[in-house]
Amino acid sequence: MKREIPAIVWPLAALAALCVFNLAANPGFFHVTVMNGHLFGSLVDILNRAAPVLLLSCGMTLVIATGGIDLSVGAVMAVCGAVAACLIARPAGSPLAVFDIHGSALLACGAAVGVGMVLGLFNGLLVAKANVQPIVATLILMVAGRGIAQLLTSGQIVIFDHPQFNSIGAGFSLGLPNPIWIASISFLLAFVLVRATPFGVLVSACGDNPVAARYCGIDIVRIRTIVYVLSGLLAACAGIIATSDIKAADANNVGQYLELDAILAVAIGGGSLTGGRFSLFGSFVGAVLMQSLTTTLLARGTPPEVTLILKAVVVICVCILQSGALSVRLQKRDRQAAG
Amino acid sequence: MKTLYATLGVFLALFAAASVAYPGFFSLRVALNLFTDNAFLGVAAIGLTFVILSGGIDLSIGAMIGCSGILCATLLEKLHWSAVPAVLAVLTFGFCIGAMHGALIAVFRLPPFLVTLAGLFVCRGIALSISREALQVSDPTFTRISEMSVRLGKLGTVTAPAAVFVFAVGIAAYVLKYSSFGRRVYALGGSENSSSLMGLTVTRTKFWIYVLSGVCSAVGGLVFLLYTASGNAVAGTGLELDAIAAVVIGGATLTGGYGSAVGTMLGVLTLGTIQTIITFDGRLSSWWTKIFVGSLFLAFVLARRIIHKEPEKSFSP
Repeated sequence: MKREIPAIVWPLAALAALCVFNLAANPGFFHVTVMNGHLFGSLVDILNRAAPVLLLSCGMTLVIATGGIDLSVGAVMAVCGAVAACLIARPAGSPLAVFDIHGSALLACGAAVGVGMVLGLFNGLLVAKANVQPIVATLILMVAGRGIAQLLTSGQIVIFDHPQFNSIGAGFSLGLPNPIWIASISFLLAFVLVRATPFGVLVSACGDNPVAARYCGIDIVRIRTIVYVLSGLLAACAGIIATSDIKAADANNVGQYLELDAILAVAIGGGSLTGGRFSLFGSFVGAVLMQSLTTTLLARGTPPEVTLILKAVVVICVCILQSGALSVRLQKRDRQAAG
Repeated sequence: MKTLYATLGVFLALFAAASVAYPGFFSLRVALNLFTDNAFLGVAAIGLTFVILSGGIDLSIGAMIGCSGILCATLLEKLHWSAVPAVLAVLTFGFCIGAMHGALIAVFRLPPFLVTLAGLFVCRGIALSISREALQVSDPTFTRISEMSVRLGKLGTVTAPAAVFVFAVGIAAYVLKYSSFGRRVYALGGSENSSSLMGLTVTRTKFWIYVLSGVCSAVGGLVFLLYTASGNAVAGTGLELDAIAAVVIGGATLTGGYGSAVGTMLGVLTLGTIQTIITFDGRLSSWWTKIFVGSLFLAFVLARRIIHKEPEKSFSP
């Protein structure tokens, strides 16, 4: 039996190829300059823009690993962004305007994260307790979520200017943009959670064979609920970043198609979409690959619509390589020869 | 069958409640408009029914509707094709996209979800590359078709889109019930392994299911073009969700094997009724549609859980 190539090789190779291409096209690609104590450059920019997708794909990795899927993350981003923006700006007509938090960014973020976790809990209970298929369960919030976000902002784009809250999406800490810090720390915490605690093994067991996992005494209801809550929490963080970055809550467009990017990042990173096998590092690479591709194409003047097509082509190519379609065909030939 | 009655009951109850609450709601005109206004969604949802029955999913529907609409509008208005070749070209386009999905899913065994997601990107990309601006259609043949209608006295009119919708439902119901292809679709959704062991042509059936869905969404795009008389690259954003909701409300399960074309039609009409109620009310803002559709979806899913308990199957995603 031939030794299989690890799945992570393909996205890494694609990322490396992209970097080489960028270096050839633009020698200054790896150039990182320091201005006013902040780091600037294409690499920093890519990571900064990738932050929301990184956060989403981190949660998505765990959800997919339990054999589920979370389609509602984009809508949860919109709801949480709307909650934070409405608490800060208190626009007339918004049902949240009755709450006075005295312009505290911390309270606004706390409320947004809380709402994200509640929405995640809703998904989790539907999937784990009520045994609804994950696609259906999260589709409910994906449809209704944008409606709820519009309800909160009363259909307007809520604009605000709050230095403390703006700095979450646009500020710097220790030279790097804040979104990079938030995304990397979240990934690191998730990594510790799955590696230093039994949580990772339990998640894998749930996704691999839930019946066997239950017979082993694993509380799959609890594990499944927890991953959806985590996904909601991370989506809330992504929503806060996206909202504070543009200084406005746009209930219709925040996080549109981002759930797809997150799922694609997990698929590219080698996570099995049917559950069981997952790799947080792989998803990280996948998300960065997606964003590098987008940035590269945009920087080269490719229209955004062509970028969409190329993204799809890259994803399909990586997945065909990973799925071992070739080996499936070979097996088929063997079976035919044997039968 | 039981779920079909449940869907019918919900639809009739909604319609009856609205008729009591809003004067003028209970009329043939409103009922016929339900068909006309939701024809594009309906035709696409019929294609999706086959996919969902087989246990797959097609997320490219909304993007296909936008793409085929703008493609047809461009062929007619910018390149001055006549209506018949333009329509054939759009159907061929739908066929090709569907065939691409089918090949990747059936032959390369990639997850349907992922492949059609990529298809969504491809279709939106193509649509936006064709034209970023909406394009009005003034082709005489097309205009004539869109104005074609059968008046039912003073009560209302049956329009071309509505006719296409009903026709599609009829054909789909016949194919699903009486053709060997239709039976294979159900078998595939029931259990792919068993179908394969029974000697059914699983790969070929799967391929044609996605081709069918592609063609149906292309027809949906054409109907949308007839309905609005203008092609728009971003038309149908998020429509895949409405279509899935319609199929599920119509009694299908996303694991496959259960559902029907008539159920899907009732699902589409139920969504249409919610939309009409919100228009009739006038006080409710448009976002309530989404919240209502989501709640109805939730109610249906939970009700199904309570009625049929499927502990074995519910473990798979």
